[in-house]
Amino acid sequence: MEYFLQQLINGLTLGAIYGLIAIGYTMVYGIIGMINFAHGDVFMIGAFISIIAFALLSILGVASVPLAILLVLATTMVFTAAYGWAVERIAYRPLRGSFRLAPLISAIGMSIFLQNYVQLLQGARIKPLPPMITGGILLTEGDGFAVQINYTQMIIIAVTVTLMVAFTLLITRTALGRAQRACEQDRGMAALLGINVDRTISLTFVMGAALAAVAGLMFALYYGVVDFFIGFLAGLKAFTAAVLGGIGSLPGAMLGGILIGLIEAFWSGYFSVEYKDVAAFSVLVLVLIFRPTGLLGRPEVEKV
Amino acid sequence: MTVTAQRPAAGLPLGSILVDGLLAALVAFALAAPMIGFETVDGSGGSLGLAYRFDAVAVAVATVFVGRLALSAIRFGHALPVLVVAAAATAVALAGAVAGTMLAGLLAVPAAVLAIRAGIVVWRGVTAERDVRFVVPDTVRGARRAVPAAFLALAVLFPFLPFVDQRLLDIAILVLTYIMLGWGLNIVVGLAGLLDLGYVAFYAVGAYTFGILANWAGFTFWMALPLGGLMAALFGILLGFPVLRLRGDYLAIVTLGFGEIIRIVLLNWYEVTGGPNGLSNIPRPTFFGLPFRASPQDDESTFADFFGLEFSPVHRVIFLYFVILVLALIVNAFTRRIRRLPVGRAWEALREDEIACRSLGINPTNTKLSAFAIGAGFAGFAGCFFAARQGFISPESFTFIESAVILAIVVLGGMGSQLGIVLAAIILIGMPEFLRELNQFRMLAFGAGMVGIMVWRPLGLLARREPTIRLHPAGAGRPGGAA
Repeated sequence: MEYFLQQLINGLTLGAIYGLIAIGYTMVYGIIGMINFAHGDVFMIGAFISIIAFALLSILGVASVPLAILLVLATTMVFTAAYGWAVERIAYRPLRGSFRLAPLISAIGMSIFLQNYVQLLQGARIKPLPPMITGGILLTEGDGFAVQINYTQMIIIAVTVTLMVAFTLLITRTALGRAQRACEQDRGMAALLGINVDRTISLTFVMGAALAAVAGLMFALYYGVVDFFIGFLAGLKAFTAAVLGGIGSLPGAMLGGILIGLIEAFWSGYFSVEYKDVAAFSVLVLVLIFRPTGLLGRPEVEKV
Repeated sequence: MTVTAQRPAAGLPLGSILVDGLLAALVAFALAAPMIGFETVDGSGGSLGLAYRFDAVAVAVATVFVGRLALSAIRFGHALPVLVVAAAATAVALAGAVAGTMLAGLLAVPAAVLAIRAGIVVWRGVTAERDVRFVVPDTVRGARRAVPAAFLALAVLFPFLPFVDQRLLDIAILVLTYIMLGWGLNIVVGLAGLLDLGYVAFYAVGAYTFGILANWAGFTFWMALPLGGLMAALFGILLGFPVLRLRGDYLAIVTLGFGEIIRIVLLNWYEVTGGPNGLSNIPRPTFFGLPFRASPQDDESTFADFFGLEFSPVHRVIFLYFVILVLALIVNAFTRRIRRLPVGRAWEALREDEIACRSLGINPTNTKLSAFAIGAGFAGFAGCFFAARQGFISPESFTFIESAVILAIVVLGGMGSQLGIVLAAIILIGMPEFLRELNQFRMLAFGAGMVGIMVWRPLGLLARREPTIRLHPAGAGRPGGAA
């Protein structure tokens, strides 16, 4: 029982990170119908920018941990958002109206480019981040096994919940969110009604990248190591999460993220660590075969 | 492609150009400042230290600023001066790169891109941005008939050319392997229009079929070759059957997932696959039973003895070269033939319009499945050959990046074009072998190239996405099928 509880906590933490990345996939898919394959690498860049910011702050002598985390959060979001914007502007915008697989291939190229760009600039070795926050709360103890939720996990879950609430409000209550939903439904009509479609799409990428940046920061805090290759697997799993929840649906992305995190945590806890990635991919395949619209997605109607 | 009238070159709106350039520079600064400006290094006591590279940030921002201004100048009809300056800058930067300055080499790339861009505008005499795309001139198109024959002749004679040594042959074998993989994937992606991001999994299945059979049952290359292909095709059917109903981009991700699953299984199934250590002691192919050895073992006769030749290790390499050449040509011939059969036509029709096909009674799943399985089978053959050539295989060789490389060859070549794939394989695989010093930039250029091709020439270097047959012959049908 204690072991189960611990895996549950670990899975929720992991799921929160996947969910934040998955939102970026789901929003982009909703609005332009493409899989932003480079999104995982934007997350990786976010993780790198956050460790650079931490190192810079420690050199500048910022000793207060909460202040440091807040500063890093802000800078990482801003600079990673610039990457999200640039990726869209360079690799996707010229391809509107091209044949359907063109943006996907361009996105794969972008993903390879970003990985090697970071590898060249920052080196291929694993970058350690010294633990910032130590300690935690002991929940229960039994059979010599202590269930603990540490402060990092609490921060991750709290930040994710806060962001989710803010984000849902942004989409449902603001003019920008309305424009976004309009573009999602009918881009041509939205343009006719005076919505700047290109700008809305750009902002979608910016928001997705900012959330991925938060996920990158959380990842760096949680695991304490970052390298240039983390984006590939994390991106793939987050995409799985987006599909599982129903691509195009924001609550779906979060739900899918949490489910994937739980599946991964329980699979590694009870079966085998080696095959935990296989478990996640198998879920993807099974979902696509049996319920391609995901848990909360709307069925896609094909019109001639 | 329409030719718009030359806009008058008078009057540059300097203010807006400058603002545009400054905005681009600002974005470039935001991109460069964290990633280029700081390098994470190991600090004292496990903490993270930083090294600073602010000069590089300044260079990057300045490059973007100047480049953006130059692009605006081109747009407003001042292409000629830009061409002159950019060409001069390219020459200077290249000279600096030859002299050994890394920075100059990096600056040569944007300068060259700018020069090409300006050159096209000057040459074609157009200013509209949409028209500045790379277009194959008619003279090149006319030569298309003669080129394949010339390539074939060159390929057959290649090992006997005087300047060809073992290293060149090795590179040629590598390039041919990728050409074969490219042609195989072309059936799936180019003809049937199914984006397969896990193609390397079938390559791995072929290689491991041979590796496992050789290690556990003593199979030789020629016994394992057909089995490798069959096994890979079988995997293609098994994997393809459940997922081929999916939409194109879902299919891409699922195939990617399958590719990773197969690699993870190979990595962890120690008892059979040797795990990360891989399988070694895979026998080399023999010349119809005649081995390539310096001295015969247990009263067999070697290739050199049989033909009364002096033993030379090059014999085996030449033989391998011809094996892969023949295998690749089989794939090519197969593809060209099957395009004229009903199933090949059904593939192309499905690629163009799935709903129309369904209403005409074509079973989309079976048709796609056949393309998937045949493509997988060819990858299996190539994998068998790869195992035989290396004598050693490990999961390292079958990562996602290999799939991406093969896909890049097909895409760059122009999906559906056989000759384009040859050119793309030579450029993407052959060139980097000669530029080993630039190896660290190889994958970087690779990714940028994939994006660039999609943006500037989405149909590939030699694009021929035209269906093999059409109701109304070219010219009479709808205008501008392929750019």
